[in-house]
Amino acid sequence: MTEVKGAGGGNDIQWCFSQVKGAVDDDVAEADIISTVEFNHSGELLATGDKGGRVVIFQQEQENKTQSHSRGEYNVYSTFQSHEPEFDYLKSLEIEEKINKIRWLPQKNAAQFLLSTNDKTIKLWKISERDKRPEGYNLKEEDGRYRDPTTVTTLRVPVFRPMDLMVEASPRRIFANAHTYHINSISINSDYETYLSADDLRINLWHLEITDRSFNIVDIKPANMEELTEVITAAEFHPNSCNTFVYSSSKGTIRLCDMRASALCDRHSKLFEEPEDPSNRSFFSEIISSISDVKFSHSGRYMMTRDYLSVKIWDLNMENRPVETYQVHEYLRSKLCSLYENDCIFDKFECCWNGSDSIVMTGSYNNFFRMFDRNTKRDITLEASRENNKPRTVLKPRKVCASGKRKKDEISVDSLDFNKKILHTAWHPKENIIAVATTNNLYIFQDKMN
Amino acid sequence: MAAPLGTGARAEETEQEKQDTPEKEPVPPERAEEAKLKAKYPNLGQKPGGSDFLMKRLQKGQKYFDSGDYNMAKAKMKNKQLPSVTGDHIPTPQDLPQRKSSLVTSKLAG
Repeated sequence: MTEVKGAGGGNDIQWCFSQVKGAVDDDVAEADIISTVEFNHSGELLATGDKGGRVVIFQQEQENKTQSHSRGEYNVYSTFQSHEPEFDYLKSLEIEEKINKIRWLPQKNAAQFLLSTNDKTIKLWKISERDKRPEGYNLKEEDGRYRDPTTVTTLRVPVFRPMDLMVEASPRRIFANAHTYHINSISINSDYETYLSADDLRINLWHLEITDRSFNIVDIKPANMEELTEVITAAEFHPNSCNTFVYSSSKGTIRLCDMRASALCDRHSKLFEEPEDPSNRSFFSEIISSISDVKFSHSGRYMMTRDYLSVKIWDLNMENRPVETYQVHEYLRSKLCSLYENDCIFDKFECCWNGSDSIVMTGSYNNFFRMFDRNTKRDITLEASRENNKPRTVLKPRKVCASGKRKKDEISVDSLDFNKKILHTAWHPKENIIAVATTNNLYIFQDKMN
Repeated sequence: MAAPLGTGARAEETEQEKQDTPEKEPVPPERAEEAKLKAKYPNLGQKPGGSDFLMKRLQKGQKYFDSGDYNMAKAKMKNKQLPSVTGDHIPTPQDLPQRKSSLVTSKLAG
């Protein structure tokens, strides 16, 4: 387990605003909607993907020894167009360029690699730095024009000279045409050679070097589509066991599969499901039990799932119920009718662990996000807003008043802005630095350093 | 739904259930919401998680008449949002919202 500096309770950490990226105006262009946020393995790089198919990568500044009161800021390192909109001619359907997920590969050499995916195609991008260029060609001028060969009287050897840093992104592999349905997850195996991609009904296994073939490892498509009762909502490889992965479903179940058992892992090794109280069942039960995200802990001992109203921690050794359940916004249970009408009930919230697996975080509405400390059992609600803009000022906890008299500083459920959703959050792998995405802005918060 | 929830409102409801006589049992919030929904949409299907609902999810994506229609929509740079057509008929070009090209640098990098 990694040691996290200053780790304490969710309340013991004093979160301060650090930076905000993105436009200030309220009129949000659809392309600017952030669709994924991911730190790389060292935490030095932070990648975002948006609905317009673009990836923006931020790099943390080297820590300044004299400025010990704050960690380095994240500045733009590279930005590129990862995916473009396409047209499926057979079905007359548009294929959105929206980036659904970004996953970083661990760094093996000077370059950085990441996988980015839209609904249908996964791409491996290489991000490399260029800080020198060759100069002194014999046949070319410095501006590229060709010299008249008759004017060349001496020969020289071109040399590399330093230049301003240029960061280039180039697509190295394109993994296409393997998914009939919409890709919701990609996950890199701990062998660092293979990865999985999951759509609504199937999961495929790829080798990072091979683009013209993939293996189908899970297929839940029924022979008769009328019999379809559930879809795959998320999938992830185990962080240490290269043969193990899990996938979650729209019915609130998680299946753990072992690739050593058979080539097609349609039969799970473990099925994680919390028994339902039949007397509590309603029209909404299945919809709100649908799992929108599943994440293994760094240790590999636990996994966390997010459904509409709660976050659950499961011990991989216990299938019949979660070991911990945290309510994210229970006050929404009495608003399910309107949340169904405005489609908010289908919002897919993600969740994440801190580096030491002691705290979990997830988003909510009104630009609120929540953290739960597994040790102290305390939780906190914070807001990502430009009003809290002062660096080194500790963020004030928020509270939603579910019913009855609203205290000063509380906000009532009916005043919540359901258009302000925090679906994507990420926690630095080692430090207490978090990245929180509102609709079109990226907030970075850090704990207060003394 | 799942295991005991323990937060404010819900816990209160369960306590009341024990105290009141069966005829006066208050409705759990989820059921109350369900009743509201059924009152508004009496024709709502019995199985919400059933085929229709999932099929709609599998089919997500803007449907166009053909590729020419798609390319024309892509070429138009207007911001005007037309109401989207739901249902299962093939949309006509006038029904579709205009698409805006996204070849502009992200504002996060600004």
